[in-house]
Amino acid sequence: MTTNEAVRSRGNAEGATGSRSPRGGAGPARLKSRPADRIFFGLSLGSAALIVVILAAVATFLIVQAIPAITADWKTSPELSAGPTAGYGSFWSYVAPLIWGTLWVSAIALVIGAPIAIGIALFISHYAPRRLAGVLGYLIDLLAAVPSIVFGLWGIIVIRPLLLPLTDWLNQNLGWIPIFAGKPSTTGSTILAGAVVLAVMILPIISSISREIFLQTPRLHEEAALALGATKWEMIRLAVFPYARSGVVSATLLGLGRALGETMAIALIISPSIGFSLRILTEGQNSQTIAANIALNFQVADALQREALIGTGLILFVISLAVNIVARFIVSRTGKSGGTRRRVQLAPPEAASLRVANDPALSPVRGTSDKAEGASA
Amino acid sequence: MTATAQSNRRSPQGGMVNSLTAGRLPRFVEFYVLAGSLVVVGGAFMLLGFNLGGWIFVSVVLYLIVLAALSTLAENRRKAVDRIVRSVVTIAFLLAMAPLVSTLFTVAAKGIAQLNWGFISQTGGAVFDPQTLKVTITAGAWQAIVGTLEITGIATLMSVPIGILTSIYLVEYAKPKQWMARTVTFLVDVMTGIPSIVAGLFAFSLFTLIVGPKAFSGFSASVALSVLMIPIVVRSCEEMLRLVPHELREASFALGVSRFSTIIKIVLPTAIAGIVTGVMLAIARVIGETAPIFMAASFTDNFNVNPFNGPMQTLPVLAYTGIKFPGQDIAASVASAWGAALLLVILVVLLNIIARIVARVFAPKGAR
Repeated sequence: MTTNEAVRSRGNAEGATGSRSPRGGAGPARLKSRPADRIFFGLSLGSAALIVVILAAVATFLIVQAIPAITADWKTSPELSAGPTAGYGSFWSYVAPLIWGTLWVSAIALVIGAPIAIGIALFISHYAPRRLAGVLGYLIDLLAAVPSIVFGLWGIIVIRPLLLPLTDWLNQNLGWIPIFAGKPSTTGSTILAGAVVLAVMILPIISSISREIFLQTPRLHEEAALALGATKWEMIRLAVFPYARSGVVSATLLGLGRALGETMAIALIISPSIGFSLRILTEGQNSQTIAANIALNFQVADALQREALIGTGLILFVISLAVNIVARFIVSRTGKSGGTRRRVQLAPPEAASLRVANDPALSPVRGTSDKAEGASA
Repeated sequence: MTATAQSNRRSPQGGMVNSLTAGRLPRFVEFYVLAGSLVVVGGAFMLLGFNLGGWIFVSVVLYLIVLAALSTLAENRRKAVDRIVRSVVTIAFLLAMAPLVSTLFTVAAKGIAQLNWGFISQTGGAVFDPQTLKVTITAGAWQAIVGTLEITGIATLMSVPIGILTSIYLVEYAKPKQWMARTVTFLVDVMTGIPSIVAGLFAFSLFTLIVGPKAFSGFSASVALSVLMIPIVVRSCEEMLRLVPHELREASFALGVSRFSTIIKIVLPTAIAGIVTGVMLAIARVIGETAPIFMAASFTDNFNVNPFNGPMQTLPVLAYTGIKFPGQDIAASVASAWGAALLLVILVVLLNIIARIVARVFAPKGAR
């Protein structure tokens, strides 16, 4: 029992190796291997391999389809000189403004959304009444379940008019700042409106991962801070934030990844144009995002134009891959497994609470009482 | 101000004052201050012209300022900061509730007029009558409902076995440090980050190369959705399988049961509630995807039940095209877009609720 406790308290992954060791055994202790066993192992290994294949296929097919448009001479090609791709010297001069637009909108969404999301995570993990926390977390997760098209429609009829007074005010009073300059939009189809909707969409991702990590802060650290006379906020700054920093950063990056690829909300709200622009309050000269540009033009495009659009999609794939890999890398470097998975969002909240309750490492008080039970039993 | 602050600072040293109660604001001070600022600002706005957003915003700012001032005066700076943070964090949460409530309310209010039996059971579209030169538009979503259910269903049939088997490999067979397991874990993580539109482009490219140009089909959309769904299923199943206590597996092995039978008879039944919940939530996630379906299955007003041939309509795409490319009767198009959006939200919410019920009812008994 003691060893078992010890093994489990080392955490999930290591606990698994510890107690699974009999399986690998050679000699007489080896488990019987039947045909069904081998077939099943083959199937599960095959599925795992299939995931590698699928990801490779995504990259390969995009590259194969994009190559003709990337290598084509855009100035002389009659197909590329018409429709959505008209007027560009090369693939790169077409995709560069789109990359800028994608990054710009996502960055604004992140600036708006990330602080709120972290605030929500803190509220649910440390401020809300214990009994309510689960329900409140579920409400935030519900936000993730609303389809993006619904947010797009909502953005059109609610957010656009709602932001109009703010748009005018910012333009009149802070118009000397380049991002608020220009002639303000009268319909509200601005980058700002798109970014606000995007911010709402990335809230649940960032906040559910951050919340998980805030909850994993060692209880003893928190209690030590409180025992030294820290207020709640000082305790959070001293004990929770240092522990959770890398996880929160990676949660934010994962939110950024979501924002980069978001299509429908942007396609519906922002009135597009392709170009470099810092202004967020104007209309008709907004920078377009890659994903929205594909969605708006794909059905009307010719074969080669379609390939050009697939090329831009390939670039988007590379960018979001890079963001995701950086996020994972930050987490793995600091050696905390908490941030790598969108646990709360994917697993039902019961599972999360069950795991917390089960894992003595996460809650010292509970752990000791478990041991006491074990001893008495 | 200085006098109070000094007396405050001195009081613990004095030793005579009860430091536990002295220099504290009353218990519900936040509520009093909030109510006060709402009333004051509301009164001011009544004179200047009322504006709900402005009223709430200015009240909140005033509330924070007054609270900070009060707390600094009566308590100390550290307590003031603490109170401000508490309020700010609460406001952040309420701020996030606003879009949720507003979205659901808007969709319900806009879509409810459209939602009737005819809308659900009819195939929508425009019919041109050459005799009278009139275009009759029937509002209907039946083709979209069928399309959504077929495409999502096929995607589920493809993703769930792959997802569960992969998670079984990761949890039951692979050693955590093994390169294959680490690669797969990493790639699943990466796959969760694939933008949905890229999945759509992938399915389109795949079927263009295999079938030929204009290869729009429901199955192609299912492939796109599978790319998005597999990592979600793997993640949640892996999570659930890891929750199965090792004692159960060890007991089974000790009885000489093979690994295969242990997984099928012991591990999976223990985790089945969690797995079903995870799959439901995964379906709820992909059922609302618009971009990949729009790329791969295009859109149509025709009633098409064959997922392997021709464009297929779906609810999210109906909502998108109704707003973005309205037909002759713009109001009718927009109305059916909202109807489709409401149907979609109802589907998603139903899936979420069923998932919760499954998780609660079939949760393993006696879990500590």
